[in-house]
Amino acid sequence: MNRLQDVLKAARAENRAVLIGYLPAGFPSVDGSIDAMRAMVEGGCDVIEVGLPYSDPAMDGPVIQAAADQALARGVSTPEVIRAAGAVADTGAASLIMSYWNPIEHYGVDRFASDLAAVGGSGVITPDLIPEEAGPWIEASDKHDIGRVFLVAPSSTPERIALTAAACTGFVYAGAVMGVTGARDQVGHAARSLVERTRAATDQPVCVGLGVSTGDQAAEIAAYADGVIVGSAFVRRLLDNRDPRKGVDAVRELAAELAEGVRRGSGQR
Amino acid sequence: MTDPRAEIISAYAATAAMPDDTGHFPTDDALFGGRFMPEALMAVLKELTEAYEVSKTDPAFHQEFADLLLHYANRPSLLTEARNLSARAGARILLKREDLNHTGSHKINNVLGQALLAKRMGKTRVIAETGAGQHGVATATAAALLGLDCVVYMGAEDTRRQALNVARMRMLGAEVVPVAIGSQTLKDAINEALRDWVASADTTYYALGTAAGPHPFPAMVRDFARIIGVEARRQCLEATGALPDAVCACVGGGSNAIGVFHAFVPDESVRLYGFEAGGSGVATGLHAASITGGSVGVLHGTRTYLLQDQYGQTQESHSISAGLDYPAVGPEHAYLHATGRGIYEPVDDAEAMAAFRTLCETEGIIPAIESAHALAGALRIAPQLAAELGREPVIVVNLSGRGDKDMHTAAGYFGFEGGEQ
Ligand SMILES: Cc1ncc(COP(=O)(O)O)c(C=O)c1O
Repeated sequence: MNRLQDVLKAARAENRAVLIGYLPAGFPSVDGSIDAMRAMVEGGCDVIEVGLPYSDPAMDGPVIQAAADQALARGVSTPEVIRAAGAVADTGAASLIMSYWNPIEHYGVDRFASDLAAVGGSGVITPDLIPEEAGPWIEASDKHDIGRVFLVAPSSTPERIALTAAACTGFVYAGAVMGVTGARDQVGHAARSLVERTRAATDQPVCVGLGVSTGDQAAEIAAYADGVIVGSAFVRRLLDNRDPRKGVDAVRELAAELAEGVRRGSGQR
Repeated sequence: MTDPRAEIISAYAATAAMPDDTGHFPTDDALFGGRFMPEALMAVLKELTEAYEVSKTDPAFHQEFADLLLHYANRPSLLTEARNLSARAGARILLKREDLNHTGSHKINNVLGQALLAKRMGKTRVIAETGAGQHGVATATAAALLGLDCVVYMGAEDTRRQALNVARMRMLGAEVVPVAIGSQTLKDAINEALRDWVASADTTYYALGTAAGPHPFPAMVRDFARIIGVEARRQCLEATGALPDAVCACVGGGSNAIGVFHAFVPDESVRLYGFEAGGSGVATGLHAASITGGSVGVLHGTRTYLLQDQYGQTQESHSISAGLDYPAVGPEHAYLHATGRGIYEPVDDAEAMAAFRTLCETEGIIPAIESAHALAGALRIAPQLAAELGREPVIVVNLSGRGDKDMHTAAGYFGFEGGEQ
């Protein structure tokens, strides 16, 4: 069993949800992003999604686009993203990479899984890859013990939920809303019913992301899901604080607020 | 006499071996095509695939589509023998006049088909991306005709170089949204349209403007544009008594090219030439020649050739022609290239602009700068074909659009007053 699966299993034994935080590697710099991700772990994130910045982030809203653009403008590369994932793994948190498909395919599917495993990474989230297109990825991730995370959406049919969940070996990522990444005032009912529909198809952990930004929202979701995923809100903290030290502090504070929310919500199960 | 209505219907209804049931174009090199899109869009892609498949065999749809192409879009389009140009070129050049269609390009064929599908799917709003603005204008036109709300995403850079088309879209009641992120051209407009669609797919139809993107778009856009080649094939037989030796088209995403090629694919004697935008020259790195100067990867939902760096980040494309300024190409062209059935070559800005001027001066036809790439390619291959065949070759050139939208750019390029500097 890999680190991601361990973390999820331990949380399940404690009857609590995990907190999963996202930041793109290389924003504001590779080392700066590593500092911020360490702060997320210190604040209470159990799992970190290290984003691989991509030139065509068609599923991201303006906040993550802006961060990815800046990271790419500074020339962040795939090996540096893997290095960042390794630094996160060294903290003891489960370290995942979140990437659009083309950079993985272009790096070499087997090489990507192997290099990530070598630095202690334990999973990859592939938002624009569906299981039907994932043959080589399924083979490589199995071979190198990298957890696979595919997404389900409010629009997914029961058949597609079953097919997608069966292809996951980390957790199932339930997209809370129909839309791109970015903070929203309300996470809404769609998320809850999607989690219920996914549970009907699988025993895999089901984690909810898209739009979550506050401790209260995290509490609401932790009451029914196995994990709460937060991305844009962390990026926002870094964008709003030009002074890197203040940015890192703000990220740590947000992680603590969310972690408190997750524990509060888990208690209401 | 051919019945143009029956010709339109059979062109659309024809079944093709490719893509396969899963939306792929398999070759020894790579599994092109497919559906690399978020799960959130799978439901609407399935809904669209079903609507498209039903429409292929639905007589009511066939009649509606044929009515629009015949009585609204001005089909069939002419095949004009370019006598003066032929004399210069040393080849018999026949121009397929998609420039004479309503709205001024081949894009209207695809858009009318997709807008009818949108209505059948119960969508009330249509969105589109556009580069040169021709697809945006066609979409705004179809939306006005069929009573759909319309939003067109366009790179900010392109809103500047194709200002006339921005005004046309707005006149037609569409909202034009300039996209000021990334390279601010066509690829970024597609990203923005996808962001809209993933949040609005319940009510909104995404009318993709070229034969690229996730399945079923490459097949569906091809089928709606297929009439171009079906007509050209018949018209060439009528005019010359034989099939052409070559068919030439410019290739951006590849809709006009696959539209004119497809009916000729089984005709082994007919060479299919796709001309990509060579920009400042492929060697300079400033071009949009995805097949000649790119490599296999995934962009906008499909596996194909694209311009990318060593880490799979998309590289910006460059071309004087906004409609060809796209760093990838539709998967069926990747397939035709990999299987050797199609020949793809770059034509740079200077060659295209020289051919642009030549057509104006010899034939009194102002082509779109996109189409001028196909003409330049035809002029290049004419002597090669003549030498190879030992006679004057017959070449069909798809004149995919007219050049009104490009007057500002051309006037600037040739140093006329009032041009862009
Ligand atoms: C006149 C004309 N020709 C060609 C193209 C290129 O598109 P495609 O390669 O899909 O035919 C465009 C695109 O805007 C166009 O306006």
